Amino acid sequence: MRLPFGPCAHIQRQVFKPPLALLTPSSQIDLQALQLDDARALLKHDAKDSQQEAGESPTGYLQRVIDGLCEISLKDPLTGLGNRRHLRSTLERAIETVARSGESVLLLLVDIDHFKAINDTHGHLAGDQVLQAIANCLADCVRPMDTVVRYGGEEFAVILPHCRPLFGRAVAERIRQTVASLSIPVAAQTNVQVTISTGGAYAPEWVRSTADLWIERADQQLYRAKTSGRNQVCLDQPQELSVSAEEKGLLFAHIATDEATMIRNLSGDAPPDSQGNATDRVNA
Amino acid sequence: MNDVLTPTAEHPSTAKLPLRPHGKVLAVTSGKGGVGKTFVSANLAAALAKRGHKVLVLDADLGLANLDVVLNLYPKITLHDVFTGKAKLEDAILQAPGGFSVLLAGSGMVEYSRLTPEVRDEFLRIISSLVPHYDVVLLDTGAGISDVVLFAVSLASEVLMVATPEPTSLTDAYATIKVLVGQQQRQTVRVIVNQAARPGSGLAITNQLQQVLDRFVVTDHPIRLVHMGDIPVDPEVRQAIMRRQLLMQATPGCPAGAAISQLARKLEESVIPKPA
Repeated sequence: MRLPFGPCAHIQRQVFKPPLALLTPSSQIDLQALQLDDARALLKHDAKDSQQEAGESPTGYLQRVIDGLCEISLKDPLTGLGNRRHLRSTLERAIETVARSGESVLLLLVDIDHFKAINDTHGHLAGDQVLQAIANCLADCVRPMDTVVRYGGEEFAVILPHCRPLFGRAVAERIRQTVASLSIPVAAQTNVQVTISTGGAYAPEWVRSTADLWIERADQQLYRAKTSGRNQVCLDQPQELSVSAEEKGLLFAHIATDEATMIRNLSGDAPPDSQGNATDRVNA
Repeated sequence: MNDVLTPTAEHPSTAKLPLRPHGKVLAVTSGKGGVGKTFVSANLAAALAKRGHKVLVLDADLGLANLDVVLNLYPKITLHDVFTGKAKLEDAILQAPGGFSVLLAGSGMVEYSRLTPEVRDEFLRIISSLVPHYDVVLLDTGAGISDVVLFAVSLASEVLMVATPEPTSLTDAYATIKVLVGQQQRQTVRVIVNQAARPGSGLAITNQLQQVLDRFVVTDHPIRLVHMGDIPVDPEVRQAIMRRQLLMQATPGCPAGAAISQLARKLEESVIPKPA
């Protein structure tokens, strides 16, 4: 089964170009010749049925295995979030969108404060539990359209498409406060509380930047949050581009008049002017 | 070349040009993409060239350069090669149909779509060595207020703001003008309304923008918008764009073509000295 919109759909198209042999109708895939055991083991580990089903075509089966592997390759096994590879492909797609549409996309880098102390005091299993709890918390704090990934170690990244500059800080603050209010059980009768530092940057609008530059800008802000005392949010401020409702109201005053003229012209109350512009407007 | 172009330290994304009084570098910009900036740059250049000016258009839209597409020119050597030191500046300049010169960004310029000190310096060097050789240098910039766009605009003595009558285009034009006033202390922005629906609508739009600026933008140096002209909705424009021809070559006499000639004349009256 081919997943049309899965997280890995776009990657399959890039990476898994079917070999020519698959494209010729006469050839059959010899599944024996493919060393599928490792792949199957991986999939099984991920709790997926990796056996070929009765009546399933070899191509269908292979596609299912590939889809499963793609999904695994984008996932962080500990937290179930996306991994760094997933982050990169998401950023690259976002950059394309932003370059063409000027949409606001915010990248947040989130780092758990003093994480090493948790590992040192409570052991690495406790550390893992904290990572999982934070992962769940981050995922719960954002919209389904947002992407949360484990960037590495105790660092996470959140990509928020359609996030207007006005709201960026509010979202990041909400995440920070929610995490700070968590009480994470790590052993019997032992709960820990952690804080996070957050650095954020918007993709530059209308230009095609690179994922590295974008991450770097967010990372600089994260560094700023860390060095100025942790448990806080620092955002790379985009240029002020706010136009208030009042400004817009006045700005569009002429359009209302224009439209009124056009409607009057079209309804035949008055003939179009000498240039026939009533028609022009409709075509435009 | 530092005596010609001295970047100001306080505003890393702007530079001061003692060249300003001569009015030679013009930035063609817009608040929103897709309003016809590159179309205006290329055809205005052709119209100015026809009037006897020596014109160069520089593709300053480093992120999404498409002057090459408009002019249907795909040279081997581009601005990118000059930036990377692979070619000399003079080798990257080519003659466009329409009788003017162009310097195309080249697809590799994407890497330079972020304003680093190196990009700034290289840009300054290139423009300062070009300016003495032309009557007019048109900078076809990107849209909006990214640091590269603002920097490119800061190099120009005059700003030509292209907008269409759509609300989104107007809002973005307005927002961009606000930034230009705040950051670059611009006192004059020249407005060109593209795809004007009827005669006079561009002037009305410019006046409207001016009113909003007067009411909401408080500065010690009032901003003045100058309406330079309208380019009417004209099916010939689409035709020329789809055929990747210059309108000023294909059908210079059509309404839009006549409007662009008129724009060139008006620029000559106000900013560019008449050709000798």
